Amino acid sequence: MRAIVTVIGKDKVGIIAAISNILANCNVNILDISQTTMQDVFTMIMLADISAMCVPFSELSEQLEKKGVELGLSVKIQHEDIFNSMHQI
Amino acid sequence: MIKPFEIIETIKMIQEDNLDIRTITMGISLRDCASHDGNVARRKIYDKITRLAANLVKVGEDIEKEYGIPIINKRISVTPISLIAESCDDDDYVKFAQIMDKAADEVGVNFIGGFSALVHKGYTNGDRKLIQSIPEALSITNKVCSSVNLATTKTGINMDAVKEMGQIIKKCAELTADRGGLGCAKLVVFANAPEDNPFMAGAFHGVGEPECVINVGVSGPGVVKSALAKVKGADFETVSETIKKTAFKITRMGQLVAMEASKRLGVSFGIVDLSLAPTPAIGDSVAHILEEMGLEKCGTHGTTAALALLNDAVKKGGVMASSFVGGLSGAFIPVSEDAGMVNAVVDGALSIEKLEAMTCVCSVGLDMIVIPGDTSSETISAIIADEAAIGVVNNKTTAVRIIPAPGKKVGDMVEFGGLLGSGPVMRVNQFSSKEFIDRGGRIPAPLHSLRN
Repeated sequence: MRAIVTVIGKDKVGIIAAISNILANCNVNILDISQTTMQDVFTMIMLADISAMCVPFSELSEQLEKKGVELGLSVKIQHEDIFNSMHQI
Repeated sequence: MIKPFEIIETIKMIQEDNLDIRTITMGISLRDCASHDGNVARRKIYDKITRLAANLVKVGEDIEKEYGIPIINKRISVTPISLIAESCDDDDYVKFAQIMDKAADEVGVNFIGGFSALVHKGYTNGDRKLIQSIPEALSITNKVCSSVNLATTKTGINMDAVKEMGQIIKKCAELTADRGGLGCAKLVVFANAPEDNPFMAGAFHGVGEPECVINVGVSGPGVVKSALAKVKGADFETVSETIKKTAFKITRMGQLVAMEASKRLGVSFGIVDLSLAPTPAIGDSVAHILEEMGLEKCGTHGTTAALALLNDAVKKGGVMASSFVGGLSGAFIPVSEDAGMVNAVVDGALSIEKLEAMTCVCSVGLDMIVIPGDTSSETISAIIADEAAIGVVNNKTTAVRIIPAPGKKVGDMVEFGGLLGSGPVMRVNQFSSKEFIDRGGRIPAPLHSLRN
């Protein structure tokens, strides 16, 4: 099962380290990562494999959100299907 | 991998444009709950609802978290209670509403629909008792919604029921006068009521439906408005195409949630309802979509055409995105629940007469409209008759959810709270319809109902 992690906000040192640290602790494998600046906003998107995840999805989601608040960014994790269903036939 | 801008587009739709799943509604058949003993029937009803819907709220919340899409309401619709209750000897059915309310509290849903009767051709004894029980039932329960279907294209209009419902609506308002007539906000009068509608207050689980089913209503007026804002000044072909594409995306998400919810609950998937449903939140208004198309205020000349285009394009985009489409599937135009509609009324741009014309080209009907408390029951009945005629002749669903707010005059505001919003009291025609309504009987089905 795969999920998309999105980080949106102001660029700063250590974003990828902070997020990937949480993912690693939860045994989530990062499959792909991309980052761009869109409309002056830093955007990082990670595709992650959550099939061997060692915590419930809601807990990981809360941890990421908490880290986001700490860093002044919006951090979200969502099942990949929501994007697939909306943008791919 | 999905493209980054597509991911950002989805997230923006949810965060900035209020995209959400408006409701996951579990339809539950109560046909096996009838008994000659009212107490036994009510126990069976309570047990069945609480058993089948035990995980409904939790599953909804799980999906919400995992997919990152808000699911605003989790609700239940049941078989019209008149069909179940009439096997027992009880003289009034208020206790059935109370047990529905209790079951809804137990499983944590915010509304339960189906305190209903289908009387489009005439009354059974149970229908009569149920309708008489509506005012008290809605005044002493919090979550129960009621609906009465009194006309269909096949049968014509039951004008006896039209007359009675005018009186019932007045009584509902009187019994909930301390809350602005809130009881009326939980009561819908239908023509051609759909049996699989997931939206309240008109949801009930029709007799042709399976044992248990999941129906989903999507929403996203804000998303459509934002999409249209990007094509300012473009011709109507572009407008229509933009709405279609947006509706497709919104509905695909509804389909995903519906399939996921039915899988997790072990219940069959019924339909996705394509309706654009507004909320009182700023940026979640159908009126603002119409204004985005170039109307200074919703309600001015051109509004009906704009709404017709919107409604058609939403269906064309949505129908391709879902395996089963049903329910009401059309734009909703409730006044109190839509910030743009409220503004249009306050500014004098939108009248009941214009709303009536708009109901010819979109779903539902005169919805969440507050009228003066001293409006006669016959005038309310006549408003119902007009809407029923539009539905019956045009082969579509129409409905009336109207609130004669006790003690309120034209221009006053009445606050209902939550998703029901607050509505300005609107002017009704001052001339009498009493003799017309007093005739009673049935208006025959139109010629085009004879299609065999």
